[in-house]
Amino acid sequence: MATYLLRRFLIAIPSLLGISLVLFTVLALAPGDPFEELATNPNVPPEVRTALRAKFGIDDPVMVRYLRWLAAMAQGDWGFSFASRIDVDQLILQRVPVTLFVIGSSQILALAIALPIGIYAAMRPYSVFDQIANTLAFVGFSLPTFFTGLLFILLFSIQLDWLPFVYRSDISAEGWRWYWEHLRQAIMPIMVLGFFQAASYTRYVRSSVLDVARLDYVTTARAKGLDERTVTLRHVSRNALIPVVTLVALQMPAVFGGAIVTEQIFRVPGIGSLLISAMLANDTPVIMAVTFVFACLVVLFNLIADLLYGWLDPRISFG
Amino acid sequence: MASTGVLAILVAGVLVGPLLWPVPIDEIDFSARLATPSADHPFGTDDLGQDLLARMMYGGRISLAVGFAAMLVATVVGTVIGAIAGMSRRYLDPVLMWVTDLFLSLPQLPLLLLVIYLFRDELKAVFGVEGGVFIMIVVVIGGLRWMPVARLVRAQFLSLREKEFVEAVRAMGASRWRLVVRHILPNAIGPVIVAGTIEVSAAIIAESTLSFLGLGFPPDIPTWGRLLFDAKDHLDVAPHWALFPGAAIFLTVLSINFIGDGLRDAFDPRRVM
Repeated sequence: MATYLLRRFLIAIPSLLGISLVLFTVLALAPGDPFEELATNPNVPPEVRTALRAKFGIDDPVMVRYLRWLAAMAQGDWGFSFASRIDVDQLILQRVPVTLFVIGSSQILALAIALPIGIYAAMRPYSVFDQIANTLAFVGFSLPTFFTGLLFILLFSIQLDWLPFVYRSDISAEGWRWYWEHLRQAIMPIMVLGFFQAASYTRYVRSSVLDVARLDYVTTARAKGLDERTVTLRHVSRNALIPVVTLVALQMPAVFGGAIVTEQIFRVPGIGSLLISAMLANDTPVIMAVTFVFACLVVLFNLIADLLYGWLDPRISFG
Repeated sequence: MASTGVLAILVAGVLVGPLLWPVPIDEIDFSARLATPSADHPFGTDDLGQDLLARMMYGGRISLAVGFAAMLVATVVGTVIGAIAGMSRRYLDPVLMWVTDLFLSLPQLPLLLLVIYLFRDELKAVFGVEGGVFIMIVVVIGGLRWMPVARLVRAQFLSLREKEFVEAVRAMGASRWRLVVRHILPNAIGPVIVAGTIEVSAAIIAESTLSFLGLGFPPDIPTWGRLLFDAKDHLDVAPHWALFPGAAIFLTVLSINFIGDGLRDAFDPRRVM
């Protein structure tokens, strides 16, 4: 198990490097020179301009600039936000917990919906329940998150007036009330993301359970006289969930995309809405850093999935 | 079948509709601000009194065109990369698959936003506002969505290249190019069509998402996502403004997904039970 862990960890490093390379390439290819304003300003003498360029290393070869940028990112020197006037790493640290809270809760909600429905539907393929679940799952992942978000606001905030549609971080209530208010404003973002993910997870779970349910060892378990409940939960589900873990990990980039949209709709102060506001404010250091944080989170979740995989399926970690 | 009908109606409405409903998309009429649907304005109006039906038909053309064009980019890139990886017997295959996995683990929406943020002004200068944004969105969406197709094509190639008929063609002295284009590719095309169908709906959602975040097409090009972006601040007084374009996106995506599912069943003989 230890070597397996180490191996997975070592594989994560090149992919992080690869992602950083892609990001840097995009940045390096982008038109626009940070010294454009200096170049057109007649008050700046040319020697000052060249001295500045040499100081910041603008004219160095691309490889040198990439290594310097990577070293700075690794040391936590992420630059300074033009718009918010604080260091980028502090700004992001303030925002990350909210995003992780919303994404984590929505994933739990999605799995809590998808697992029972998917397993139940697959054990009775082409039954009425299966057909309804399938159709709903199709509708669910054809509804883009931005539209469900607006529909939820329309229904729960405007028509029924049950839930607030603007996420506030400065709630004045204390004690239990504070928790309650926080929960209440988080319900809609979590539901929007959770339902969308639940729809695709249901299909994964269903097809994976269907694959396993036809295997011989399941027939053996039934022939032994085990009741259907034990067969489904202990024998079929355990094996069927292994590929689902991988598929959930592969969905992570899409989940973060959905999180950006949801945060923007409900004005949740997470890194997704930070990214959008930074883009509208032309705040390049923040944009680069947030994109990189998203990439790191994706790699991190893939790593967690790999670890879970090794734990669920002992054959892999000894392979 | 019903989904093909729905999609056909939507496409026809978008293509032919502007001829039957020749209302300009930018005619401002303050006396009809935020009007609910009526005979004059079947889908109502927005906050400048512009007719929403006309705007939706115009924007729908662009939304659908982006979807199909981005699908073409993704499918062509994916097929080429998958075919090269599937035919190579040496180091090219692992390298290409590593790149594919790398692209799969990229956070797509942030990267999409980043590229558009960095390159927007440059392309606008070269191709004009509308064309520049269109080309960029199509290339970027397509360029970030070729991976599933590439993996699929590679898997098909790996199994097909060992088949007897390929052996026979090779024995007859066919060139590598002819072998791939005339014999292996036609046999691998079924799953690619299915994946391509799903790509269309994914690209439509991606474009709408960008426009919804205010970073896609400019305001004078009312794609469906852009209409939702403008409508979201008026939900309490004019819900119709958001509901119509939202429903259009939903119906398009749903019917394309159903068509893809039907095609998958048609191409896949091993159905369960």
